[in-house]
This record gives sequence, structure tokens and C-alpha cells, in this order.
Amino acid sequence: MPTAKNTSRAPSLLIKSGHVIDPAAKINAAVDILLRDGRVAEIAPPNKIRAGADEKFDARGLIVAPGFIDLHVHLREPGQSYKETIASGTAAAAAGGFTSVCTMPNTAPVVDTEEWVAWLRRPERGALINVFPIAAATRGSRGASLTDFAALQRAGAVAVTDDGKPILDDEIMRAALRLGAELNLPVVQHAEDTRLTENCSMHEGATSFRLGLRGMPAAAEANIVDRDITLAQQIRESRLHVAHLSTSDALKAVRRGKRAKARVTCEVTPHHFTLLDENVGEYDTYCKMNPPLRSASDREAILVALADGTVDAIATDHAPHAAHEKQVEFERAAFGITGLETALALAITKLHREQKIPLMRIVELFTAGPARVFDLRGRGSLQRGNFADVTIFDPKKKWTFEAAKSRSLSRNTPFDGWQFTGKVAATIVGGKIAYRAD
Amino acid sequence: MQRLPFFMMNKPARGSLLGIEHMASEEISGLLKLARRMNPLKARPLLRNRRIVLLFYEASTRTRSSFEIAAKSLGAITTLVQSSGSSIEKGESLLDTGYTLRAVGAEAIVIRHPSAGAPHLMAGHLDIPVINAGDGMHEHPSQALLDAFTILKHKRSFKDLHVAIIGDIYHSRVTRSNCHLLSRFGAKITLCGPPEFVPEIASTLVPGLRITRHIEEALRGADVIMLLRLQKERLAGQKIRLQDYIAHYQMTTARLKLAKRDAIVMHPGPIIRGLELTAEVADGPQSVIVDEVHNGVPTRMAILARALGKAK
Repeated sequence: MPTAKNTSRAPSLLIKSGHVIDPAAKINAAVDILLRDGRVAEIAPPNKIRAGADEKFDARGLIVAPGFIDLHVHLREPGQSYKETIASGTAAAAAGGFTSVCTMPNTAPVVDTEEWVAWLRRPERGALINVFPIAAATRGSRGASLTDFAALQRAGAVAVTDDGKPILDDEIMRAALRLGAELNLPVVQHAEDTRLTENCSMHEGATSFRLGLRGMPAAAEANIVDRDITLAQQIRESRLHVAHLSTSDALKAVRRGKRAKARVTCEVTPHHFTLLDENVGEYDTYCKMNPPLRSASDREAILVALADGTVDAIATDHAPHAAHEKQVEFERAAFGITGLETALALAITKLHREQKIPLMRIVELFTAGPARVFDLRGRGSLQRGNFADVTIFDPKKKWTFEAAKSRSLSRNTPFDGWQFTGKVAATIVGGKIAYRAD
Repeated sequence: MQRLPFFMMNKPARGSLLGIEHMASEEISGLLKLARRMNPLKARPLLRNRRIVLLFYEASTRTRSSFEIAAKSLGAITTLVQSSGSSIEKGESLLDTGYTLRAVGAEAIVIRHPSAGAPHLMAGHLDIPVINAGDGMHEHPSQALLDAFTILKHKRSFKDLHVAIIGDIYHSRVTRSNCHLLSRFGAKITLCGPPEFVPEIASTLVPGLRITRHIEEALRGADVIMLLRLQKERLAGQKIRLQDYIAHYQMTTARLKLAKRDAIVMHPGPIIRGLELTAEVADGPQSVIVDEVHNGVPTRMAILARALGKAK
């Protein structure tokens, strides 16, 4: 089984006086937690833990949650360390409350062999939190022939994908789902019918028309999700995960799949539940991502799906790029924004405070939900014996995000200067404090 | 809540002309008024020895030559930089090209670029005025101004003027700029063409925009008819049968009779005779196509004078 990070002997840590929200364990109460030897040793009502602890963390007024899991990040190694490294990316993740991230394979070279999967997990990478590699589904992510799923899985890959590109060919997608089913390995799809999005740089709508930019129709996403769900229904035990879902029609397809008891899951990004295509304004390349920011009705549908349980996880699609890749003509600019340090703040500000989605549900979208999607055993909940991954946050703290102070190597975020409510207080990985707010 | 975005280091310099959409109405009127006072044959050297760079990433005859003549009529020094034969060919970025031109002493940059928003990027990083001479499918503000100038030579005002714009609206930066300008001053605009060229979403561009698929409907009662070329270079795989287009949308003498008797026919050029219009219409008495080109010079003189702070 993949254990991304070795947990060397850490001092035991008692998290006292916090309010624990653990959706998987159905806990929403004042509870103390003792972490020892990288595991949750005890969980008990306030002041009931007798065993001594080397260190104490006073969590008064704070929410104590299972460690957050991000199913979708680009840490750019190997090959693009000018954008991000595993060390810098995981530092940003820790600051954002994440204890585990799943890395996308569209690096240079593409992570399509067991050697590269193993390389990503080596201690020399300097990961501050758990890193779970997702491997390429096809060789070089060229969409022509499948990679060796079994070997990749043995090396530690938790899923396969050609993210950045879709698996377009019906036969290849069918074969991927079939092989995934045999190995119980999820296939993650970047759903974009690229035949409909050639030369497009944003969502097709009034804003793209006004700006004179070619638009990606919503159907380009929904068509692929629709096809994939039909395939997933045909292949017993296959597991399909829809990455960064952004349209109302794609959600309808996911609902159809879930009703039919297909093993289909999906994730949504903070920027898609926060921003709209019109935020592109006058060619703001920090609002250029793929899938693009969508219409108000798409965002509306996403908010409903986040609340009602259709969406399984919030994932950032953290996509760092150097300044010179964004400070170019809009059509030439790289797709993607950073997101690790603003995800929780956006979820609390936009989903909890504005949309009144309960914190229990929001924590689920960051913990139990994603842990289930990729079967990350022993994570996503603080039950006794689980990994000592804990995220502690203050849901009421107001703060201003400053991109210049980001731990990421890149600064490509549309949220620079935004005022948020809800801030990470500490991130604990394997019983050790990986981040603590000052 | 939001600051100036990270990618934009500063606000565009005073005198920049990026598009009609965000321009104040008084500014537009002011420019048109100034253009009427500009005479290329009796020019005053308002911009004597000022350095203006014409940065052209895309082919152009009219716009380039008229900006150049406008600048020279005002006494300015111009330099033409084109993508071929410059460092752009070697992969220099737009911003680096801008910094380079600024460093050699450019006081204003007139830019034509195939990518929408390119002038905005440049204006966000340079402290000199940037003038949009056409950016992708986005805007062509100096064309809209010279069209407005031309219309006002024939019509008393824009108020309630019926304007029919026929052809490849989707790819047309001229149409976008013209819609912003004309609707601002109360004209009633009808867009006409097949769905590939006039998508329904086009009606959201400005309030009150009407769309029709029938040229007869567009022409009935029109005061101004604007024709557009089919932009083959931007079609990107779209299949349109030329014979069908000609049958349904070509401007002919017979169709022109549906418009008001004193209607004028306009076209930003280049025109393709026998395609979007017949030679008879192009050369006919109602055509002001050559007049538009002619008016490009005083209009651009006004734009340049304003850019360099000599709009007095």
C-alpha cells in the first residue's frame, strides 16, 4: 500500500480543547486527541486523556479536522522546477492546511513509469507533507497505448490520468477503465473534447464574444463526461473520477452515473465555485485556466452539487506558472492558477458564510470525500489508529491573502489581496507540525 | 475587494486608445471634433520630432499607411516594426519588444496584433500611450472613429439612425468597435448573417442589438449599411460555402433599393468584389468606401495628437 512519507519518531502531541469535526467518524464535538508514533493514539472527551504527551497544542476556539487531502495538484517535478518543486509546493500545501496531495503526471518527462513514480516519493524531494503520485494513463500521455497500471500501482501510484489532456479515443478509455477495474485503480479524466476547443482560451459566452476570444463550449466537457459514464456503467467495477468538473451539464451526467450505481466520483475547484467567466475582465491571464471559468448558471449548479453531496471533493488544481508564462497575450498565456493556500479560505468564505453550507460538509469535501475517491486508507478521518494527519483552523479569523508571501514558487493567483474569513492555524502530518500560523 | 491585477503593473498611460467599449462618450465626441479640425494638407507640426513606433504583427495597408501619414503630417518621426525582419521572429515576447521600443525612445506605440488584448497587456506595462490599431477579433477603435466621422459627414446625428452590419460579425473587430460606438450615441443596429458568422450570443454585446438571418429584413429602412469581408485567415476550419453566402448575403444594386434612398454603403476594407458586394455597389453613388479610407488620416491625426497631449 502506498505510504508516501516515512514518519520518523515524533514527540507525542496532545491537541486539547478544540472542536473536532470528523465527518467519517460522525464527530462534531469538543474532543481531545492524542497523536503518538505517527498515529491517532486516543480520541476522547475534554480532559479525559490520561496518558502523558511530550507536547500540547491548545486548540481553544479552533476546529480540529482530519488532515486535508487535495486530489489534484501540479508540483511540476520532474522537469519544471522553475515553476514549483515538491518542496515548495508541499510547503504551500501545508500552509493551506493540506496533509496529503496527489500529484499530476503531466511533467517533463511525463510520469508514466514506475521509476518516476518512485522518484517522486523519495525523501530527497523534500516533501513536507504526504505526496501520492498519480501516474499517466497512456505512454507519454499521448493517448495511444496504456501504461503498465499494475507496475505503477505497485510503485505507489494512487490513480492514473492524462490530465491536461483528455483520453479521447473510446477504445483507449474503455481499456483504461477495464484495466483500472481489475486493479481497483481509479481513472481520472480531464473531460474536454479538444475537437471543440482548438485555439480556445476561455468559456464560450458573452464575455468571450465581447473580448473577441474563441470560446470553449460547455458541451466540450459534458460530452466527454457523458461518454465516460456510459463506459463506466458498461464495465463492472470500473472507477471513474471526473477531474475539475465545471459545467452544469457535466454534473447532470455525474448524477446519472451515481443514480445508476456506477463508481463515478468528481471534484470541483475553489475557483470554479467562486469566479465566473466575466472575471476575465480585460484579459486577466490569472483568470485563464482549463477548464475555464464558466457562466453564472454553471456556478449555481456547482454550488447546489457541493451542498447536496453530488460532488465528492474540493480539489485545487494548483497549477503554478512563472510570471513570464502569464505576462503574455491572453491566448498565449499558460492555463492555470495556484490554489493551495486559498482553498480553505474560499470554501469558508464562499460556501460556508455565503451559501450556508455547514462546516461538517465542507470538512467532508476536504477529507473523507477525497480519501474515499482514491482509497487513501487510514486517512480522511481521525479514528484511533489512523495516520496522525490533522488540520486545525479558525473558521472566523479574517485575513488578507498576499500572493507575494506565498510559499509557492509562483504567484499566478487571481486572489491576491482578497479578504477572507477562515484561516489555517496548524497542519500536522504524521504527528509532526508541518505548518503553524504565526 | 480586488486590486489592480498582478499582471497589470500600471494603468494605461493617458492618451492610450485601447478600445471604444470603455471610452467615455465625451472623449469620443472630443476626438471626432478634433478630427474635423485636422487637415493633412494644411497640417500644423503639433508633434514635431515626437517619436511614434508603428508595431505591426499583422498585415495592413490602410491602417498602417494612414497612421504613418497622419503622424508625419503632424511632424512626428515614425518607425515601422513588423514581425518579420525583427527580433519578434526570434521569439522576443510582446512585453520585451515593448520595453525595447520604449528604450530606443518611442513616445507612443501604435500596435496591430493578431491576439485579442495584446495592446492592453502592453499598456499595462509601459508608461507611454498605446494605440490599438486592431487586436485579433476584439476591437479596432480607430476604424470605428473614422467610420463615425464618415457617417457624420452624411447624416446629422447617430440618434435613431438605422445601421445594418452584414457579414462575418464573429471575426470582426471593426463590428465590435462600431457597435460600442454607435449604440452609445443612440443608433439602432441590426446584425445580419448566417449563424456561423452571427452567433446568437452576439446580441449581448450592447443593449438593443438585433439579429436577423435575412438581408432584406436588415436593409429595410437602413440609413447606413456596413459590409464586412469574410475573414478566411480567421475561419479556423469553419466551412462556409461561398456560393451560398453570395446568394443570401451579397450586397447588390437590387438589394440596396430596400434601404432608404439616401443610405450610405460602408466597408472597412479590404473589399472583395463579387463576394460580399458587387462592383456596382462598391463603385456606386451610395458607396462611401473610399471616403472612409480618406477620413482615416484626419481621424488618426486626432488620435495621435491626443495621445501625445497636443489635443488643443
